[in-house]
Amino acid sequence: MDQEMNMESRVDDMIKDQYLTFAIENEDYGVEIANVKEIVGMDAITKVPEMPDFIEGIFNLRGELIGVLDVRKRFGIPSKEHDEETCIIVIIGDRIQEGLGKLGLIVDAVRETVIIPDDKKLPPPNARLRNINQFIRNIGHVGDDIKLLMDLEKFLAQD
Amino acid sequence: MADFDRESMLDMFIFEMNQLVEQLENTIVQSESEYNIDQINEIFRVMHTIKGSCAMMLYDNIAAVGHAIEDLFYYLREENPKNLDFKTLSDHVLEGADFVKAELGKISNGQTSDGDGSVLIKHIGNFLKAIKAGTPVQTPAPPPVAPTAVATSPPPAPQKSEPPVTKAAPAASKAVKAAPAPAQTEAKSELEEGDMMYQYKAMIYFQDGCEMENIRAYTLVHNLQDIAQDITHTPKDVIDEATIELIRQNGFEIEFTSDLDYARVNNHLSQTVYLRELNLMELGTTMTTVKMPHDLPPVTEAPITEIEPSVEPEEIEAIKSPVTANEDAIKKAAAAAATPAAPTTTNLINVSIKKLDDLLNLMGELVISEATVTQNSELKGLPLDNFYKEARTLQKIIGNLQQTVMSMRLVPLSNTFFKMNRIVRDMCRQLEKDVHLEIIGEDTEVDKKIIEHIGDPIMHIIRNSIDHGVEMPVDREKTGKPRKAKVILEAKQAGGDVLIIIKDDGRGINTEKVLRKARENGLTTKADHEYTEREIQQFIFLPGFSTNDTVTNFSGRGVGMDVVVKNLEICGGTALVDSTPGIGTTFTLKIPLTLAIIEGMSVSVGGAQYTIPIVNIQKSFKATKDKLFTDPNGNEMVSERGEIFNVVRMHEFFHIQGAVTNIEDGTLMMLENGDQVICLLVDFLIGQQQAVVKPMPKYFKRVQGISGCTLLGNGDVSIIVDVPGFFDK
Repeated sequence: MDQEMNMESRVDDMIKDQYLTFAIENEDYGVEIANVKEIVGMDAITKVPEMPDFIEGIFNLRGELIGVLDVRKRFGIPSKEHDEETCIIVIIGDRIQEGLGKLGLIVDAVRETVIIPDDKKLPPPNARLRNINQFIRNIGHVGDDIKLLMDLEKFLAQD
Repeated sequence: MADFDRESMLDMFIFEMNQLVEQLENTIVQSESEYNIDQINEIFRVMHTIKGSCAMMLYDNIAAVGHAIEDLFYYLREENPKNLDFKTLSDHVLEGADFVKAELGKISNGQTSDGDGSVLIKHIGNFLKAIKAGTPVQTPAPPPVAPTAVATSPPPAPQKSEPPVTKAAPAASKAVKAAPAPAQTEAKSELEEGDMMYQYKAMIYFQDGCEMENIRAYTLVHNLQDIAQDITHTPKDVIDEATIELIRQNGFEIEFTSDLDYARVNNHLSQTVYLRELNLMELGTTMTTVKMPHDLPPVTEAPITEIEPSVEPEEIEAIKSPVTANEDAIKKAAAAAATPAAPTTTNLINVSIKKLDDLLNLMGELVISEATVTQNSELKGLPLDNFYKEARTLQKIIGNLQQTVMSMRLVPLSNTFFKMNRIVRDMCRQLEKDVHLEIIGEDTEVDKKIIEHIGDPIMHIIRNSIDHGVEMPVDREKTGKPRKAKVILEAKQAGGDVLIIIKDDGRGINTEKVLRKARENGLTTKADHEYTEREIQQFIFLPGFSTNDTVTNFSGRGVGMDVVVKNLEICGGTALVDSTPGIGTTFTLKIPLTLAIIEGMSVSVGGAQYTIPIVNIQKSFKATKDKLFTDPNGNEMVSERGEIFNVVRMHEFFHIQGAVTNIEDGTLMMLENGDQVICLLVDFLIGQQQAVVKPMPKYFKRVQGISGCTLLGNGDVSIIVDVPGFFDK
């Protein structure tokens, strides 16, 4: 997973409805591709004291220091040993909230990019059975598969 | 080349204007009570440039104000009237400067400059009238004749007369350029056309910032060959780029003979693109001056503005190509050269801070990349003597490069300091106080980023000092102080910090009043008598604290000192106040020399690396059991060289897992913050290194005791420890 995918915001229209999907535990999730800067393999991450436990630390992206979040921990799922599939999705935080800069999300594996038009998106069920719900904006259908489309704004919000 | 790239010119324009306004303010504030002729000349020149540039960029409203002030100073310069009300004069000019500043602000924010300066112009006009009425010596106003644009075909005689205001313009620009010939006002009377050969000499000045003056000169000569012979010119070698500066400063001089008459030659030459000024003379006889339209009032009909370059475009391209690579450099040089500044700054160029930041980042990457190459694990055990020798050279070069890049970000505080003159002046006028601002050490250099944050705090403190500290002149005399109060603004370097000291000789801080206010606002935490004078004084830095019962124009809203602390925090600085009743108050701002790089000691705690700024470290040592003890509250202490210090365990402070918990097994770092000292327990020392300071990712909340992060040589990230943070918790 070393190749990089540079997606600039100016092609927004072209990539509307395009999602990058990734795996956490047994499910596939999606983030809007416009928010994704690149995907990089796991690298050494420096712990920062006094941070919430889902903040993994800082890593060096070619000289730029980027904060990294562990998606599993944020979802409240027990973490698992990193393997060769584990990677960091670098998202453009500025697009979600001005001034955030770039942020890295540790995911189990990156799957593919898919197009999910609006008529293939359903709202999540309204019963809040797990705290995971609050980070999901829509449920997307791709053929027979289900992709949980993330609400990055809520995902990044810190209380 | 005929296209006129307004966008890129706009940046240069705004930059230049800001410099001019600053220069103007400084000149006025320095010499407020009375202007000497040099200062009048200088203000005149500055206003002239402002007017010209604004007219060129089509900001007629600003140009009009500039024009009015220029008129005023033109009169002062020519007539030197006595008994001038310099205070009112300064007010008018400063109002003008404020207007220009406000409009520039709009322009740089991408808004349209829509300010109406007509009231201001009227005031200035009235003032000028008043001066004129007060002085018997009247100017013979030059006859108002339509400005002479270059006539089309051979007109009999180019009249030499321009509207009264612009008459001074050539002289002024010449003063700047230090051109040899004073403008002659003789009109050329007669011209004949025939087989005769005329000998001409022409001085040509290109517009400021038009760039590639040498190529323009070359083109000019080339075109001249159609109508003239025996062409000689100075500087001789126009293809050499070194001549650009010469042409810019001294103009381009051509001598030639032609069978065409004066008017035709003049017409031919004035078609030159980007021509600012042309002095053509028939040798030994006459000379005339043609001003290009952008220097004339905007209403002027200008037939020449439409003229296209008379040279084929391909030709220009051909000439241009060898220099295109240098165009950026030339542009920068032009930006610098176009800025009328003191002689000491003429060989400076202006670079955007963004580029410097990028450079710094690249530098960091280079250092890391160098380390990963030369210390690559695949090289281990190989006999590579020569490789390592070369690698060391590379290391050395990169080291020097890094130092240079770092030093590029340092700028002197002088601009920030001199701006305070204006504030002091304005406040004194309004509060009717008499204050002299003394500036010391303004050439002290600090990081550009810090400069951005330090201006406001200094301003607030100075305002505070003059508003609260300095007494009215009458009261000062009663207490035996000199009538004129003194505020000293001083900068000096102390280790890795810069100290900015603002000292006044006013009445000092009324600690009783401060304490009472603090109590009223619920800021006190212990009994009144337990507070020391010094502790009480520090209350003034708390948000919303103001002892002024009435809100004045300058202070009393209680936001000032708060801003000081906030701004200082951003750049890692601290503020202290020290006051003696009746004698005065001293504010000391301590700011780091640079945000960009620190000398740090890497330490390991629980397997992670932390960097502690060397400036805070007194020493490190191992403690033995007999030196360690604990008080009943559980505070750990260590005795070292007969002194007792508190022990702070870094792993406890930051809740780090897996660290050394037995003090004897770890290392104690003796850290100082002002006059306090603690001993910090870390696992072990790794080594000393320079660290490029980077801010923590914005997503992370601020943690007390952490000021940022840094990249280490091996690409790892290290957390930079903020030593004062250990003392506050």
